Amino acid sequence: MRLATAASEAYTTPLAVSELLGCKQCGAGRDQDEELGIRIPRPLGQGPSRFIPEKEILQVGSEDAQMHALFADSFAALGRLDNITLVMVFHPQYLESFLKTQHYLLQMDGPLPLHYRHYIGIMAAARHQCSYLVNLHVNDFLHVGGDPKWLNGLENAPQKLQNLGELNKVLAHRPWLITKEHIEGLLKAEEHSWSLAELVHAVVLLTHYHSLASFTFGCGISPEIHCDGGHTFRPPSVSNYCICDITNGNHSVDEMHVNSAENVSVSDSFFEVEALMEKMRQLQECRDEEEASQEEMASRFEIEKRESMFVFSSDDEEVTPARDISRHFEDTSYGYKDFSRHGMHVPTFRVQDYCWEDHGYSLVNRLYPDVGQLIDEKFHIAYNLTYNTMAMHKDVDTSMLRRAIWNYIHCMFGIRYDDYDYGEINQLLDRSFKVYIKTVVCTPEKVTKRMYDSFWRQFKHSEKVHVNLLLIEARMQAELLYALRAITRYMT
Amino acid sequence: MEKMSRVTTALGGSVLTGRTMHCHLDAPANAISVCRDAAQVVVAGRSIFKIYAIEEEQFVEKLNLRVGRKPSLNLSCADVVWHQMDENLLATAATNGVVVTWNLGRPSRNKQDQLFTEHKRTVNKVCFHPTEAHVLLSGSQDGFMKCFDLRRKDSVSTFSGQSESVRDVQFSIRDYFTFASTFENGNVQLWDIRRPDRCERMFTAHNGPVFCCDWHPEDRGWLATGGRDKMVKVWDMTTHRAKEMHCVQTIASVARVKWRPECRHHLATCSMMVDHNIYVWDVRRPFVPAAMFEEHRDVTTGIAWRHPHDPSFLLSGSKDSSLCQHLFRDASQPVERANPEGLCYGLFGDLAFAAKESLVAAESGRKPYTGDRRHPIFFKRKLDPAEPFAGLASSALSVFETEPGGGAMRWFVDTAERYALAGRPLAELCDHNAKVARELGRNQVAQTWTMLRTIYCSPGLLPTANLSHSVGKGGSCGLQLMNSFNLKDMAPGLGSETRLDRSKGDARSDTVLLDSSATLITNEDNEETEGSDVPADYLLGDVEGEDDELYLLDPEHTHPEEPECVLPQEAFPLRHEIVDTPPGPEHLQDKADSPHVSGSEADVASLAPVDSSFSLLSVSHALYDSRLPPDFFSVLVRDMLHFYAEQGDVQMAVSVLIVLGERVRKDIDEQTQEHWYTSYIDLLQRFRLWNVSNEVVKLSTSRAVSCLNQASTTLHVNCSHCKRPMSSRGWVCDRCHRCASMCAVCHHVVKGLFVWCQGCSHGGHLQHIMKWLEGSSHCPAGCGHLCEYS
Repeated sequence: MRLATAASEAYTTPLAVSELLGCKQCGAGRDQDEELGIRIPRPLGQGPSRFIPEKEILQVGSEDAQMHALFADSFAALGRLDNITLVMVFHPQYLESFLKTQHYLLQMDGPLPLHYRHYIGIMAAARHQCSYLVNLHVNDFLHVGGDPKWLNGLENAPQKLQNLGELNKVLAHRPWLITKEHIEGLLKAEEHSWSLAELVHAVVLLTHYHSLASFTFGCGISPEIHCDGGHTFRPPSVSNYCICDITNGNHSVDEMHVNSAENVSVSDSFFEVEALMEKMRQLQECRDEEEASQEEMASRFEIEKRESMFVFSSDDEEVTPARDISRHFEDTSYGYKDFSRHGMHVPTFRVQDYCWEDHGYSLVNRLYPDVGQLIDEKFHIAYNLTYNTMAMHKDVDTSMLRRAIWNYIHCMFGIRYDDYDYGEINQLLDRSFKVYIKTVVCTPEKVTKRMYDSFWRQFKHSEKVHVNLLLIEARMQAELLYALRAITRYMT
Repeated sequence: MEKMSRVTTALGGSVLTGRTMHCHLDAPANAISVCRDAAQVVVAGRSIFKIYAIEEEQFVEKLNLRVGRKPSLNLSCADVVWHQMDENLLATAATNGVVVTWNLGRPSRNKQDQLFTEHKRTVNKVCFHPTEAHVLLSGSQDGFMKCFDLRRKDSVSTFSGQSESVRDVQFSIRDYFTFASTFENGNVQLWDIRRPDRCERMFTAHNGPVFCCDWHPEDRGWLATGGRDKMVKVWDMTTHRAKEMHCVQTIASVARVKWRPECRHHLATCSMMVDHNIYVWDVRRPFVPAAMFEEHRDVTTGIAWRHPHDPSFLLSGSKDSSLCQHLFRDASQPVERANPEGLCYGLFGDLAFAAKESLVAAESGRKPYTGDRRHPIFFKRKLDPAEPFAGLASSALSVFETEPGGGAMRWFVDTAERYALAGRPLAELCDHNAKVARELGRNQVAQTWTMLRTIYCSPGLLPTANLSHSVGKGGSCGLQLMNSFNLKDMAPGLGSETRLDRSKGDARSDTVLLDSSATLITNEDNEETEGSDVPADYLLGDVEGEDDELYLLDPEHTHPEEPECVLPQEAFPLRHEIVDTPPGPEHLQDKADSPHVSGSEADVASLAPVDSSFSLLSVSHALYDSRLPPDFFSVLVRDMLHFYAEQGDVQMAVSVLIVLGERVRKDIDEQTQEHWYTSYIDLLQRFRLWNVSNEVVKLSTSRAVSCLNQASTTLHVNCSHCKRPMSSRGWVCDRCHRCASMCAVCHHVVKGLFVWCQGCSHGGHLQHIMKWLEGSSHCPAGCGHLCEYS
């Protein structure tokens, strides 16, 4: 409740906010003598991302005209320039499409009322314990007139939203388990039932926020200054801030050392890039000659799918979610579970039978007009985005690498492309990169700065953000495909 | 399947017979293709590849081509095609990018003939050359089209679609060397098979992927395309630019399109998602399908006409694992269920309706509208024997017009344009509006305005000039004064301004008419208050005979013109008409003059009857003290507004609402207000009074109304040089980095209002051009054109 009240009062009495938001655990904010009784919050951390040094990120004010227009749009739509925007602006072309879609989903005509939309956003982000997104949307939710009581937990929300909880859970962690019974349960629930259009809107919102949570963790987005953990009231002279302000256990102090240690191995990583490019070249050349048998092709997919289960970071410590966040969803224990590890047999999803371009798009656009078009554009931009560079090399055709990343993510979700040789993935993506992808996509809350730093060490930050864009879009499409296929099956 | 019929068609010796039937397949089908002999069909899907014989009563499985221990992905078919020259030759496109040919003449169980593994991604389509035995074409997701000669091991030529995925390829039936290909980005390309370096022609056909295309079997150069944007378009390729001939809007993305044999304008479509039916369209009637087949329970994935010269048999395969033969005779015809009736009002009160011809014919004998001056005009469409649904859904259109040259709504437009609604003190607004109304001959309205003025402005504020005539009469101040003042004010208004050419007597009669009616209206307005009933009764009951007769004149003359009301009409314009063309002016004059000969001056004379009735009125009004607060009248005003709105003059209701603002708003419930506003705005927009309508929107206090002009405020501009949309700013093009519009006077970029000459297309800032053309009549750009600014 603390969060909710704090946020709700933020609109009325700024003074009360400073009282409430002061660090309770250690009272860091309180032991200050203020002359005027007003304490000025200071930003915590080093810019919009904890992973990317502030100097690498575009400074507001130094942007070019196109970026400026984007910032202006973003500010006009959201009333803020959030850290996500500041990081995504590495890729303005994508950012534009992203903002347009998000604006449409949250603010434009749609079947769901505004406060429902933000609440669904909160539900989705909470599945990944993404306090950043939850805080943002708690503010927005109250701002559009949402009932603060709902924030005490899903059980306080209307039955209709509670029904969505199950779909949210499955969609976030094991989308392949969604069946038409889930859909039927939502659509035929007496007075709490959803309409098809509402459901599609909700599904798009859920998938959008699941993947946005991945981005938030994948790029280490810092909390906003007005949100919990985004500020301190300590004077700037105190260099070591209160540790309990950092909510997600990414102790950046430690990471600093790791980072400096890794700088030593620059020469190593230089060869990584060279090796990767060499592999791409080889694959390009010998693809036509070497003929893998049908069985082999099929087994390669299975192998990759199975292996992706075991790709996991060594530090498997359970991150217990902060209490504030956890109350937004039930069943905290339900997380990402690998399907084959537990003996579950899930039939492979053939993309040739149900793909976004032909089927998903048509369904979404039919039930929630224009959104299909917007999402389609976003997928296209994310998939085709390239600057033809790799680290320090220019004029490289990266399509093979991008396709490998995209298909690897879909492979983790059991989605198979008949026309892809999954052997390529093994050639192009090394283990540390797979660990990062896997973590960001499946258990984003466990991403650490060490993971971020340890893959593709020679690559630029903008390229790592680019990878993240691929990850979140591929994840969103995978979730959407499963959800929409279930809806289609329900309809036929 | 209930209704079954048997069709026997003789086609050059061979005879096609059959009925509507279906058979279950083991797995969902992706595509079907028919053998040349029209007796066999091949079905292909991810896990099915079988040939069925089409027999009279049923489908019989003839051959399973999916053989081998472990089915490989090569057998997972996205498309299949049967050669139209060689009965033994088939080709399939596999989802893993392999193109396989099959030779049914092979003695072994495995009929697989050749394997082409040149495509890197899924092959979406394969197509045999219609006349050449060995030429096969394929289009793939990887953006390439390849042409294979089956006598060789690899492709003969490769056509590049610039990394856009190819969705369909089709050889032209008429042109030996031409084929069409459709792309995921909405483009259609035309290629010459001999020139793989570049396409002959390219154009954008759809928004989003074009899933399919089909050449017309007879009309050379007609190509039908279907896309994700739910459209089927027919293009004429024979002209210099591909010309869109027809466009059919379906309800779901179009997966397949096939021309119907022997029916020049018919084509069959099925959809990719959601909709499971197969439709046959007549492209000239794009709104209702000519026929509909509803057998399938899941999306239809493949359709084929059974024989290239028989229009009645259609075969289809579906995701619901079934294969169907549809008989055109058994198709359901949506036209039968269509309702060919419609009704619409025109802006000037014209009424048009369309109904079934039979209905209209029956009724026209009765001539129900004979008493009416308006005459129905009947239009009858000439029946075209080639028309698809002639007789089924044809309807006759009748139009009723208001009197020609009536300009019946002229007053509305004038009023809307000239009313002042805000920006001045209330008294001035009322005066102005009263004046406008009076000049348009709407005296009741004018009177209402003046009354409002008196009610809501304290009497002390009344300009003395207006009072001059009435000073000696009636009461000294307050309402009593108001009434006499109103009538007096009106008399000179009519006498001097609109009837200058009239004789005095005429003017007098006018006034009498108006006076009495005005009193009548006042009474109507006052109905609710107790006191006002008294004079009303008295007036109507006890007036002298002459007055009565005057009243009777009204209905007599208006009657023939008062039809069943089509348009909301007021009493006044009609009465006004009588005055304009008095059938018996002398008669009228006499009646009006006789009792009041005393006065020599017209004004005085006209006042005489006023006096008599007004002394009566003042009795009732004396009941209210002259110092009554305006609130006292709010009920009255409210009723008055409702009265106008009920009468159809929503313009008055809204105008008063705006002018009075807070004073009355609270008395009328929000919904009614909103309703009035929206009706008025709608009317204004129909008359293209955009400025007035916007002003009304702006001045409205209802939230739902005032947000009307907040929506879609974006203006999209295209660059004048490259014709591309300018996305970020309206005056600089991102692509060609040029400023779009320069002012011819100051040579700066125009960022706001741009005005240009339609003769020479030079222009610039509105202000600059206006100023320039004041001093010179030549174009500021120096082109020598004589520009005009109006």
